[in-house]
Amino acid sequence: MVHDPLERHLLRARDLIDTRYGDHLDVPTLAARAGVSPAHFARRFRATFGEAPHQYLLTRRLERAQFLLRETDRTVAEICLDVGLTSVGSFTTTFKRVVGMTPTAYRELARTPLPAIPMCVLREMTRPK
Amino acid sequence: MFTTISHMFLWVRDQQEAKDFYVGKLGFEVGTDVTLEEYGGMRWLTVVAPGGLQIALSSVDLSVVHDPDGPAFLREMLAKGLGAGGILRVEDCRAAYDELRGRGVEFSEEPTEHFYGVDAAFRDPSGNQWRVTQPAPVPAGA
Repeated sequence: MVHDPLERHLLRARDLIDTRYGDHLDVPTLAARAGVSPAHFARRFRATFGEAPHQYLLTRRLERAQFLLRETDRTVAEICLDVGLTSVGSFTTTFKRVVGMTPTAYRELARTPLPAIPMCVLREMTRPK
Repeated sequence: MFTTISHMFLWVRDQQEAKDFYVGKLGFEVGTDVTLEEYGGMRWLTVVAPGGLQIALSSVDLSVVHDPDGPAFLREMLAKGLGAGGILRVEDCRAAYDELRGRGVEFSEEPTEHFYGVDAAFRDPSGNQWRVTQPAPVPAGA
């Protein structure tokens, strides 16, 4: 019987962020997925993956927002809710801070359709740094 | 020149565990499974994927011959999801998902509709990720 190392447990929480970014994901939920105590979860996640869980969740949401802006006709307000954020004002501010332009400006810029790249690869390639 | 890819290599943290997974849960055939006592118990283990590609399930412990820290390093990278993997094609992603989950395969993504088709993803025990993809139908006349 092989035991999962801590990183393998934390990977389950990271996978949960990558798939359930549209939901309200709090530390107790993520910690439970990883089987780690909520008190230690954020620190261990950061030590393993190099960024805090809330930061990882935010960049996942922004990456999805970028995808939806370029590939769909949904409004900025709809996309904000799609990716699990509730305030359009703070979504726009955060998007501009991280991506360097507003959602509307990004949509105008990124008009080229994407080739058929598997979702997990696209996620890694296009996640804001 | 080349005729095909016959083998690809995949690091796994434990070969027996990997064999149980790829053969017992995914239904791949065993290609070769030999243990060479004269080479320190080195185990050459391959499984055959549908279509004929053989995947050599290589123990991370083998990497010690090039780097004493190799096994621990590779173990950690696999556990963090930085291993390899591939894309498995299916005709019906949701049916495959139900069947594999019933066999105890741990999915990292549920079936989701994308513009390229429907797909889901699972990880092997080491952390290597595979996608299960049902390609979108090609439009008539395309």
